[in-house]
Amino acid sequence: MNKRWWYGLLILPLAGTLVPPFYARAQPELFGFPFFYWYQLVWVVLASLFTWIVYVRTRETPHG
Amino acid sequence: MASAVCLILVAAVMVLGFLAARWGNVEIHSIEEWALGGRRFGTVIYWFLLGGDAYTAYTFIALPALAYGAGALAFYAVPYATITYPLAYLFVTRLWIIGKKRGYLTTADFVRERFDSRPLELAVAGTGLLALVPYIALQLIGMQAVLQSLGVGSLNSDVFLIVSFALLAAFTFTSGLRAPALIAVAKDILIYVTVLTAIVYIPMKLGGWHHIFSVAQVALAARPKRGALIIPPGQYFAYSTLVFGSALALFNYPHLITSALSAKNVDVVKRNMALLPAYTLLLGFLALLGFCALAAGIHVKNTNLAVPMLFAKFFQPWFAGVAFAAIIIGALVPAAIMAIGAANLFASNIFRSFSVRGEGAAALPALNAKLLALVMLAAALLIALLIKPEFAINFQLLGGAWMLQTVPAGAIGLFTRWFHPVPLFIGWLTGMVCGTSMGYATHYQSIYTLHAGSFSLSGYIAFYALFANLAVACVGTLLLRAADVDPGRDLTSAADYA
Repeated sequence: MNKRWWYGLLILPLAGTLVPPFYARAQPELFGFPFFYWYQLVWVVLASLFTWIVYVRTRETPHG
Repeated sequence: MASAVCLILVAAVMVLGFLAARWGNVEIHSIEEWALGGRRFGTVIYWFLLGGDAYTAYTFIALPALAYGAGALAFYAVPYATITYPLAYLFVTRLWIIGKKRGYLTTADFVRERFDSRPLELAVAGTGLLALVPYIALQLIGMQAVLQSLGVGSLNSDVFLIVSFALLAAFTFTSGLRAPALIAVAKDILIYVTVLTAIVYIPMKLGGWHHIFSVAQVALAARPKRGALIIPPGQYFAYSTLVFGSALALFNYPHLITSALSAKNVDVVKRNMALLPAYTLLLGFLALLGFCALAAGIHVKNTNLAVPMLFAKFFQPWFAGVAFAAIIIGALVPAAIMAIGAANLFASNIFRSFSVRGEGAAALPALNAKLLALVMLAAALLIALLIKPEFAINFQLLGGAWMLQTVPAGAIGLFTRWFHPVPLFIGWLTGMVCGTSMGYATHYQSIYTLHAGSFSLSGYIAFYALFANLAVACVGTLLLRAADVDPGRDLTSAADYA
């Protein structure tokens, strides 16, 4: 099946955080936090979410 | 008052450690029961255990200390502890599956069977042991920082450390992994309560985040070694390689592997890779507390005291006691698991106490390993008491670089047998030498600057060492394959990984 494609979601957090030039700046601020800080914190939540999706989507289903 | 609360909580948790021996109604004689909790931990306990294992007392002291001293660079811990989980989702699940099927206790067990190479097995096991020694000692140093903030004199501090380590050794001996698992529940609850309270209450008292970041920026720029609020372009590659290298190495540490293998089934592992990032948010908050210390006007020469002093300043004495207990207990959990992990490496891979492999090995008696755990804890205690903390910290930095060198054999090996064992070994050796010499050359800073003509690139020494390691392993393997040299046996089969 196409279940293997879901694993691609696991690469996204790496892409999002391993290229500092993309996020090493102060603006735009959110709740007083410079972009550099809130961007990386958002990725914590996203990574968790993506990993959960991969877990659910690649599970052995009763008929799968 | 703070000391009293702290002491009561720590004592209560010690009792838990001994009670853990009765948990699950099983006699803890076999190595699998002692070292891996019988491979029976479910999702919730596993979450507490791994969280308590990965986030050590040293983390809680040193990370804010780094933010306090250097600024933005400290935040590398957040993306590092973010991407390590998707990576672990791929690697650790595979190791768990084959580990359960073939009775593995350590990564070196896997390496021995996969590559049929005793030198490679010893290399992986030895690296793990070397990396663990300073790490356990550093937990004691974390505890010392807390005791210092409580105003405990150095003699009393040493007595406290000796007594708590003696108790730790005792309940690790009797209860094995169940002890830190149970204590981790208490530890993590205390840590969450402490950090969440701190991150809401302290900024309120300091006038909000915008103000905190502004003051921190000024304070950091005024340092002799200029810190920064946002990393400058010259540090981009360093930051990126620090994140990636640390993320790859984390789950290869023996104590993380020990915890990881204790799961009841592979779904427990997978679910936790999505749930454990909750701790990463805590980590981010901790780093930010370092900035709060700057904004609060905390002035300390020893940056390790930044957060303890911050807590002492803002918290009611009883709550400061809770916070300090959290950190002290935060040292005991990983120290216990590190001792168990080290004992496993000695018993299974160095001394080869378990001559029977496969499912039978798991039922063998644990006595050898139990005694080795005691030795390990005693050694770490001696080191922490007798040797300058600076030495342990430098050793720990090298340990991180060394652990990354076991990734080709221990982690990449889970997915492919393409590499030949001999180039893998030489690659490992290359990585070890490179990492150690770079560490020495930078006076034990994690970033090394490569120069080529007018071009320079600053990066994480462990990452550079791994690059050299893989280059040698790849070139060596290509040459040997071209010469049709036999790659040796693989005692595992494809079915073992599914």
